[in-house]
Amino acid sequence: MIPPAFEYTRPTSVDEAVRALAGAGEEAKVLAGGQSLLPLLRLRLAFPELVVDVGRIPELRGVREDGDALVIGALTTHHEVVHDPLVRAHAGLLAQATATVADPAVRHRGTLGGSLAHADPAGDLPAVALALDAELVVAGPGGRRTIPAREFFVDYLQSALAPDELLTEVRIPKRDGWGFHYEKFHPVAQSWAIVGVAALVRRADGGVAEARVGLTNMGATPLRATTAERELAGADDSAAVARAAEAAAEGTRPSQDLSASPEYRQHLARVLTRRAVLTAAGMG
Amino acid sequence: MTHISVKVDGTTYEDDVEPRLLLAHYLRDRLGLTGTPIGCDTSNCGACTVDLDGATVKSCSVLAVQADGCEVTTIQGLARDGEWTALQRAFHEKHGLQCGYCTPGMIMAARDLLRENPHPSPDEVRKALEGNLCRCTGYQNIVRAVLAASGQQDASGHQVSEGVTA
Repeated sequence: MIPPAFEYTRPTSVDEAVRALAGAGEEAKVLAGGQSLLPLLRLRLAFPELVVDVGRIPELRGVREDGDALVIGALTTHHEVVHDPLVRAHAGLLAQATATVADPAVRHRGTLGGSLAHADPAGDLPAVALALDAELVVAGPGGRRTIPAREFFVDYLQSALAPDELLTEVRIPKRDGWGFHYEKFHPVAQSWAIVGVAALVRRADGGVAEARVGLTNMGATPLRATTAERELAGADDSAAVARAAEAAAEGTRPSQDLSASPEYRQHLARVLTRRAVLTAAGMG
Repeated sequence: MTHISVKVDGTTYEDDVEPRLLLAHYLRDRLGLTGTPIGCDTSNCGACTVDLDGATVKSCSVLAVQADGCEVTTIQGLARDGEWTALQRAFHEKHGLQCGYCTPGMIMAARDLLRENPHPSPDEVRKALEGNLCRCTGYQNIVRAVLAASGQQDASGHQVSEGVTA
């Protein structure tokens, strides 16, 4: 199918991109890798008047360390994230989950920033960003601001980004020494997760000292399984982890679609949380 | 209209295009390079896979304007002087196709794999081709073809071809 017509601009700096967005009001869309936007355009689910292609802005790319945080440029591709030594060393959960996104050709084009800004609760990386307590740095006409991941995902496909703001980088606190695992349940290779669970575990004395659990596709936004997290603290054997995981779906309102009923999704959240935490804790 | 300059299969093209033009349509409709087919409208099937600056992309999910200044290799740019690459020969010899619609994308994806991993395991071949759908073969002979092109036997001990740099 053929996308609707739009105007196109390709800024070479963040400032230039923000000016282009500000000039177009609500009618502009940002194009990074295009792996979410182009399917929307082809299916005529989006009709932007202006597409702002940020794909050639060098300052948006790359991974660096900043003290206790890892800073990943929004335009860094999934392929780059998967293979980056700093990401693998300090945010292994992100590298592991990103390797499950779509397929190799899509990972060559798709970007971390694009996936987060798209705010699709069925996407793998929003729940991972939540579990990692990532911070999102955005640039707007008034300068830069930092939004915690827990405030970034507002509703289905809606983020806290204003129309004239551009996501520039993702800051992730280093979790050296924490165990991690992303457990994704999907019907066939490369498809979306029916449910996914991102687990981070700080281990102590052979058990779970502290856990962070992010849920993919369990509602209109990615979620943290906060009740399960509380009950996981201090779980010292696999039976205790299994009991705590029973709370993983608490407070969720997952959708109904061709793949699954809400009840089945809640069942999956409990089972996958148990598996993900046990694996992350080295107890699986 | 936006002006673009793209090198495709060794030839540089200068064109004015609508920003909404997909790379797949540019290749097929403007340049006549119909060796790259379009199979789906959902980025799923991988039939339209081409190489863009050294990495595979689904050309239905890239705008032609995004390829401005880049180098594209399609299935039609692989053979040299009419000689297939070893990977193309392996698909032929191992009967890695039936209707052939997915084959250009399969070969471009397999070529990408062998560049990164010259001696993949059968499982690694399957993972690398997860974005490419074939509705004829059941994939067995496709995996055999890629393994053969890499100079390896598959688990069933099928005969293999010469090693290759695709």
